[in-house]
Amino acid sequence: MKKVYLDNTATTPLLPEVRTAMLPFLEETFGNPSSLHDWGDAAREAMEVARAQVARLIGANAEEIIFTGSGTESNNFAIKGLALAQQNKGKHIIVSAIEHFSVLHSARTLEKWGFEVTMLPVDKYGVVNPEDVRKSLRKDTVLVSVMQANGEVGSIEPIGEIARITRERNITFHTDAVATAGSIPVNVSELGIDALSLAGNQFYGPKGVGALWVRKGVRIIPLLDGGIQEGGRRAGTENVPAIVGLGKAAELATSNMPARIKHFTALRDALLKELPAKIDHTVVTGHPRNRLPGNASFCVEFIEGEAMLMLLNSQGIAVSSGSACTSRALKASHVLIAMGISHELAQGSLLFGFGLDNTSEDIDYVLEVLPAVVNRLRQMSPLYAKFIKESKGVT
Amino acid sequence: MPIYSAKVMEHFMNPRNVGEIENADGIGEVGNPVCGDMMTFYIKVKDNRLEDVKFKTFGCGAAIAVSSMVSEMAKGKTLEEAMKINANMVANELEGLPKNKLHCSNLGDEALHKAIENYLSKKSGKPVATRVETAGDEHEHETGEPCYCPYCEEEIMDADSPFCQHCQVALGSAPGAESR
Repeated sequence: MKKVYLDNTATTPLLPEVRTAMLPFLEETFGNPSSLHDWGDAAREAMEVARAQVARLIGANAEEIIFTGSGTESNNFAIKGLALAQQNKGKHIIVSAIEHFSVLHSARTLEKWGFEVTMLPVDKYGVVNPEDVRKSLRKDTVLVSVMQANGEVGSIEPIGEIARITRERNITFHTDAVATAGSIPVNVSELGIDALSLAGNQFYGPKGVGALWVRKGVRIIPLLDGGIQEGGRRAGTENVPAIVGLGKAAELATSNMPARIKHFTALRDALLKELPAKIDHTVVTGHPRNRLPGNASFCVEFIEGEAMLMLLNSQGIAVSSGSACTSRALKASHVLIAMGISHELAQGSLLFGFGLDNTSEDIDYVLEVLPAVVNRLRQMSPLYAKFIKESKGVT
Repeated sequence: MPIYSAKVMEHFMNPRNVGEIENADGIGEVGNPVCGDMMTFYIKVKDNRLEDVKFKTFGCGAAIAVSSMVSEMAKGKTLEEAMKINANMVANELEGLPKNKLHCSNLGDEALHKAIENYLSKKSGKPVATRVETAGDEHEHETGEPCYCPYCEEEIMDADSPFCQHCQVALGSAPGAESR
């Protein structure tokens, strides 16, 4: 059976070059970077190369990069650590309604610790209005966090504009760049931001490694205590093989980015155009143009996402969905709901995340398989039956 | 894919009795706006037996498999026998359902019972309650079927809470959310 992986939003595979770079650190070069001998030196040097590679990807200085265990950890660290460091100045933070749960739930934890949180709304495309940020700022605001792009609907946020507003008021601004770093050009100096989260498994690096960039001079309270690693900001023996892999993946992303963007954009635009043309009552979610190159997201009316996923999987196609039934907690995607999409329509959410291996033949295959899947589930759907009856009644 | 039994997968891939019955003797509808599943059952009754049962379902793999199984279990049974089919029996016949889907997707028996009640009330010309309503049984589905924490399996009282009130684990969904 043909196999088509289109869930690169969940994770990308590991590039062979990245794997090759990592292998020595799973074998003979096993030293602890903190050790004062040749074994330790070799591990430490490799880690510092990776730090420079990651820094280069986002236009930062290497010393400002802190390696973490995931994008989630980076976000937890940023939200809690940056807010706590400034709690004497104020206890108010601002986040957008469509942030990843690692940001939203960290904000919720800060609330339990006595902070106040303002949640920014988004428009129907999932985009934050910078003016809403300005209006939400208070005397005691110490942190604003808005993601650079939402991986679920692809929309790119006006981070530069928001950063201009926060800078005028000298308020720390963090962005979750897990969906963007390694996928589109990111330059922290040009954006004028203070902190940024990224994750290795979003751009062909290994899982279990991420990084937080914090501008020099910005204070952050560590989440993990008990060691001198990462300048005392993240205790614990470093995951050297994964860090080396993250560095290599960053290097490859830096040099291959224009070609990757071109490749992804062609696939994305083809699917965004052809899928709604082939399947009626299907809407594109997220911004039609200003979106991640590798992201095509839709809601298919009258049917449910998990059932679509299962039928697609049975024909070798891997995608994801923000439907309530696909989540462990059985709640529809907070991103789609924040965009004003109804619970019913959100149930039909489908998300395609393109990868380096995908070709236009994969799109053809999806367009061949999906209409039959949708049709089969619609024939089963009482909502579709109702719709057909009502539309017949009108004509 | 969700961890479904082979039996659930088989019914999902090859659902029995999908469709509507024209001039059905009874129609039963259950819906669940919070968790998102909706089922409509159609029955044809002859000599107090379910001569035919058909359904339409909007929902996940479990919801479709449950509907299919209920239709199969009910067909040919007397109305009294069919009224005894309950969610536990359906889950057992399906060789189990994931815990977090037990209460949100396992509504087929209710839809069937509603169809039978609909038939009986049409026949007698007045509303018929054929079973003892259990606490919150019916109107709960209109205001929101109780959902259960996928981690500690306690009931989630506040549907909008991002946390389970019992084990404090974060709830919610986003593609890739669990892989980050």
